[in-house]
Amino acid sequence: MATLENTADQAISADGGGVRRRDFINIAAVSFAGVGGVVAVLPLVNQMNPSADVLAMASTEVDLSGIKPGQAIKTTYRSQPLFVRHLTPEEIAKADAADVASLRDPQTLDQRTIAGKKEWLVTMGVCTHLGCVPLGAGEGENKGEFGGYFCPCHGSHYDTAGRIRKGPAPKNLEVPPVTFTSDTAILVG
Amino acid sequence: MSFPWANHYTPKAPLMQWIDERLPLPRLVYNAVGAGYPVPRNLNYFWNFGVLSGLALMIQIVTGIVMAMHYGANELVAFGTVEHVMRDVNGGWLMRYAHANGASFFFIVVYLHIFRGLYYSSYKAPREMVWLLGLIIFLLMMATAFMGYVLPWGQMSYWGAKVITGLFGAIPVVGEPIQTWLLGGFAPGNAALNRFFSLHYLLPFVIAGVIILHIWALHIPGSSNPTGVEVKGPQDTVPFHPYYTAKDGFGAGIFFILFAIAVYFGPNFLGHPDNYIEANPLSTPAHIVPEWYFWPFYAILRAFTFDFFFIPAKLLGVLAMFASILLLFFLPWLDTSPVRSGNYRPLFRKFFWILVLDVLVLGYCGGAPAEEPFVMISQVAAAYYFAHFLIILPLIAAFEKPLPLPGSITEAVLAKHGEAAE
Repeated sequence: MATLENTADQAISADGGGVRRRDFINIAAVSFAGVGGVVAVLPLVNQMNPSADVLAMASTEVDLSGIKPGQAIKTTYRSQPLFVRHLTPEEIAKADAADVASLRDPQTLDQRTIAGKKEWLVTMGVCTHLGCVPLGAGEGENKGEFGGYFCPCHGSHYDTAGRIRKGPAPKNLEVPPVTFTSDTAILVG
Repeated sequence: MSFPWANHYTPKAPLMQWIDERLPLPRLVYNAVGAGYPVPRNLNYFWNFGVLSGLALMIQIVTGIVMAMHYGANELVAFGTVEHVMRDVNGGWLMRYAHANGASFFFIVVYLHIFRGLYYSSYKAPREMVWLLGLIIFLLMMATAFMGYVLPWGQMSYWGAKVITGLFGAIPVVGEPIQTWLLGGFAPGNAALNRFFSLHYLLPFVIAGVIILHIWALHIPGSSNPTGVEVKGPQDTVPFHPYYTAKDGFGAGIFFILFAIAVYFGPNFLGHPDNYIEANPLSTPAHIVPEWYFWPFYAILRAFTFDFFFIPAKLLGVLAMFASILLLFFLPWLDTSPVRSGNYRPLFRKFFWILVLDVLVLGYCGGAPAEEPFVMISQVAAAYYFAHFLIILPLIAAFEKPLPLPGSITEAVLAKHGEAAE
């Protein structure tokens, strides 16, 4: 407040240093404008995030009834390839037989599937190396040395649980969130 | 600011005088690229590449604006509209081939411009700011070129976008949200294509703005020269116009001949056939490679195939790739030798050529499939690249005995001339 005393202080501090009323107004005004500027930028940054229609497509329903044991289908989840595979008992046995501790990304088949629905392996069809689409879901495609998936780009081999076994990829094929909506249908995402 | 003996602008035509008094634009141009800018008299043809880079940018802007009149930045139509440009638009094929090859030629002349700067140590005081601004232009160019390559929405466009934005996904914790934010989705799609088009149109003008700063910063101390000895008097310089406008004009002629050969006789030589297949998120090309001008950096990215302590290989590669460029920002302070020109630095000169070879080897490996022996060669070459700047350059500066420098530019020119006459 610009009382007489304050004005006197101001006169003293003007030559002697210290905080002047004008400094305070200056800092307050610049801070206010600065915070306002940042707040105005937020929506400009946020508009680049996925829009509502993209997010609305962020889950996928898959009908499992047509997939026989040993078969797999390719579909899309979040506009990326998704592999849904109906494992045969032999494939499950093979996946369980692997020594988990020796794996690059140690996980068991049980950890990668839904309890009681162990025969349904749902993974992203995106190689964890550089993002190529592995082979092995289609009829007659190269399934690699471990009978799962094989990425032709740089030679990563995945086993029947979609785990990385050989080649440059660092991680197992990603398992998206899966829920069974009925015995023969799943919701991914 | 220029040397005191620079020519002064005196408008001849009354109209120019009228303009100059109200807006001194003619004066600005005269002092920047006209007879009012004194330049060392001994510049060789390696000093052409700055002007040629500006020329290449102009070609890109003109052909790009024209093509934007026929292109649709939507994933449903993008690939088709590019083919529409190629087949239906009058002269569209010429615009597109000139634009695609123009990008390659832009990088060729810029790389020569950068290596000219490295050989003659143009980055040294008092021209550090020129070098730093040049690196910013280089980064902007890479961003622009990458986004431009996505626009045709071919297989390489799509998978290139996926791999490059995937680099950001390697950053711990914040990586995946950043990747999603950059793409506006979980994979490249309409949102990504649209924003890339918007930015691809914008960035060239930002580059043009930074070029003005680059030239402004250059004109404070004036151009460097092949001896690295500073200008000492009027006898060391000639006016930019007509001497270097003529020399640059000759260089531009050669540039246009080579450019025309590429555009008319080998327009797809530097391209990739997979990009004539429309983008398909469900099928990967067997061999994803970026455009040739990114190969050295791509090789550094892929050289890291092993984890180091707790840092995963993928992140290491990303860090190394960005570091390989950021490192150059520190170059003016890493090379502490007071002598600029490689002509007078026998040891530096040898290592300079080894670096050139090293970058070429990296480039070759970056374009090759990721298998042995290329992975091992990239690792050695990437290690050498960093060693050159961080270890070798400071050591050379400490131990090298440079050759005696000429007393002045004029002295060097006359000595050379005398030798030639004998």
